[in-house]
Amino acid sequence: MRRAPLSLRLRLVLQLLGIAAVLAIVLYFTVRTVADQAAEATQDGVLGAATLAIAERLQGGDDDVGVDLPYEAFSILGSISADRVFYRIEAGGTTLTGYDDLPLPEAAGAAVTPVFYTRAYRDTEVRIAAVGRMVLVARKPVPVLVLVAQTRQGQEAIAQRVAQRAAALGLGSFALAAALSLLTAGSVLRPINRLADAVGQRGPQDLRAVDHPTPAELRPLITALNGFIARLRGALSRTETFIAEAAHHIRTPLATVRARAEIAMRQSTSEDTRETLRAVIRAVEESSRSAGQLLDHATVVYRSDRMADERFDLAKLVETQAEAFRPTADLKDLTIRLSGTDTPVIVQGDRPLIEAALRNLLDNAVKYSADETTIDLSLTGGPEARIEVADRGRGLSGQAQARLSKRFARGENAGDVIGSGLGLTIVEEVAAAHGGRFELTEREGGGACARLFLPLG
Amino acid sequence: MRAIVLALGLILHAAFAAAFQVEEETFFPATGDEQRVLSILSTTDTVILRPLIAGFQARRPDVALRYTMANSQAVYAAVHDEGLSFDLVISSAMDLQMKLANDGFAAPYGSTATAGLPGWARWQNRLFAFAQENVVLIASRSGLGDLRLPQTRRDLIELLRDNPDRFRGKIGTYDPELSGAGYLFATQDARQSDSFWRLAEVMGGLAPRLYTTSNEMIADLKQGRLLLAYNALGSYAEPRLADDPDAAVIELEDHTLTLLRTGLIPVAAEAPDLGGLFLDFLLEPEGQRLLRDEAGLPPIDEAALSGRPHLRPMRLDPGLLVFLDGLKRRGFLDEWNAALSRN
Repeated sequence: MRRAPLSLRLRLVLQLLGIAAVLAIVLYFTVRTVADQAAEATQDGVLGAATLAIAERLQGGDDDVGVDLPYEAFSILGSISADRVFYRIEAGGTTLTGYDDLPLPEAAGAAVTPVFYTRAYRDTEVRIAAVGRMVLVARKPVPVLVLVAQTRQGQEAIAQRVAQRAAALGLGSFALAAALSLLTAGSVLRPINRLADAVGQRGPQDLRAVDHPTPAELRPLITALNGFIARLRGALSRTETFIAEAAHHIRTPLATVRARAEIAMRQSTSEDTRETLRAVIRAVEESSRSAGQLLDHATVVYRSDRMADERFDLAKLVETQAEAFRPTADLKDLTIRLSGTDTPVIVQGDRPLIEAALRNLLDNAVKYSADETTIDLSLTGGPEARIEVADRGRGLSGQAQARLSKRFARGENAGDVIGSGLGLTIVEEVAAAHGGRFELTEREGGGACARLFLPLG
Repeated sequence: MRAIVLALGLILHAAFAAAFQVEEETFFPATGDEQRVLSILSTTDTVILRPLIAGFQARRPDVALRYTMANSQAVYAAVHDEGLSFDLVISSAMDLQMKLANDGFAAPYGSTATAGLPGWARWQNRLFAFAQENVVLIASRSGLGDLRLPQTRRDLIELLRDNPDRFRGKIGTYDPELSGAGYLFATQDARQSDSFWRLAEVMGGLAPRLYTTSNEMIADLKQGRLLLAYNALGSYAEPRLADDPDAAVIELEDHTLTLLRTGLIPVAAEAPDLGGLFLDFLLEPEGQRLLRDEAGLPPIDEAALSGRPHLRPMRLDPGLLVFLDGLKRRGFLDEWNAALSRN
């Protein structure tokens, strides 16, 4: 199963949030590290200064090393924070004064600059600075080591405060970045949304190239879209041409065949031949109608996507179609009674489509009417235009309109009558394409009544 | 097995207790149903703190109180070296208290009362000051006769120089070698100004009498054996000399040391919560009022310090450890003895 790809917005926001989170964490640790190092360097500096101050007070003598502990050296150690202080002065391997259990530095020997190290001592942990000096005792050099240790509670307190601030800073910058990433995602995707709106709002026949201003990143998409539109336009125009050509090329020869067959039938004296020719005519008629309906249907399907939107007089169209069907009706001695066409009824829509619908309605009526009956063709204005075709044919026999309107579906009582089953489908599609509707009902006193409603122009 | 260990512990405890020089031990039974015992080790006279003990027991009638009084060295040694268990240790020896706290013998403690202390009146959350006492010069007006009362050390030095016969053998001060407080005052004086050494030299030429307590000094002054008592504790002097118009208590204007009387709760305390409660009581308004009105100890008062710039409260910081160093102490006392021309 393929998962639907994440929306661009979500993807963008998640990635930006991810980056923001990483940056916030990096920021947090950077601030902490830098601040910790700065605090440690500061405290080391003070501790080292105190150690050096003591080392400077070392004095040689005739029998022992002397030292005058400077008060301020110790006092200053407590100035940054109230930390505990320990010290040890070792001369020639013995502790001269101070805390004799204070850990010595690992590297033996006397360093002139202070060496710093951290050790566990008593109940706590201390930072120790150690500095070495050579002192002359009875004219012999004696190595002296001065150790000053300090607890780091003050530094820890600073580190904790810094950590809290850093955490707040990290969270704050993350929140800011999150808000900004939402805005960014919105602004980055806005051209795409605008383009989608612009393309979506186009009319069905609008196959112009898209020239909406877009960022450079969307150019390839626009180019591809325009190429596609151009190909579609070409294909549609070829289809239109093909349909017109096909209609012409099929109908014309069939009409010729039918005319010839009718002439031959009239001239023939043999009953067998006439019977055969009658069958030929019926077959041609069937083919002609089927071809016509197929083409009508194709036209409807093709045009309903890109309907013309013109205002025209429906009365004229109804009159013309009635006139066109009169020869066919005459063959069965049918009367087409026309009413309501003396005043113009203006509708808005696609004339060829409506014409095709009406043609199929009349065709059906003629086809299913019994000989020497009347077909009532009426047009009414009213709140909407209504074309009603009522015949005295075999009716619907209780079959649902919905079923009859299905493509290639034919009534169970159609029997010997020629038909493709496309007629009502075409009518229904035309009605739908124009925002109208189509009704097919039983007519009182036998026959069917078809009504096509179209909105007025 | 456990019983044996316990018994052994008791024997050892008894042995240490024997080594530990107690000056006075007073038991204050609980005023109500006795539930627990609070034991306090202190350098402060029982008499002085008695009103506060009564005030505390009024608030907590279920607590009995054992008040052990000893000198500052003994107090320090009991906690630092002998590991004896007390719930609160009160001492005027700031340096020794500081060393106890620095060396990890004081437990951290915090309450609203301790949080209210100014920064200079506490160290970390381990050492808390509850009284500030000035170190003063006491002079006998009649002894000085028509001489002006000295207001600075320079005045004092001039006074002594100009009238050596009058003051010979009539000046009293602490013996820094024998008295912890005297050593603390002398070393802090030496830190504050160089005039201390000049004063020591001048005094040294006048056969000073050296004391181990302020009380003895004050008593001798009252009886006329002394004309001047240098570096006596004002808090001891004022109640004793209040009815003596002859004695003048002088805060020298070049600098007057202010001692902080501090309390700490040892890590070895058996009832540290009770120690904390008593400490809180000392710091709370009621306790501070009792300190001032009944005990005669000046309570912690920042305004009193800022209003009188010559007062120098000794700083509660590791600097106090410096003069406790053996080498440093030896050096200082050598210097002192040289100044007094006693070697």
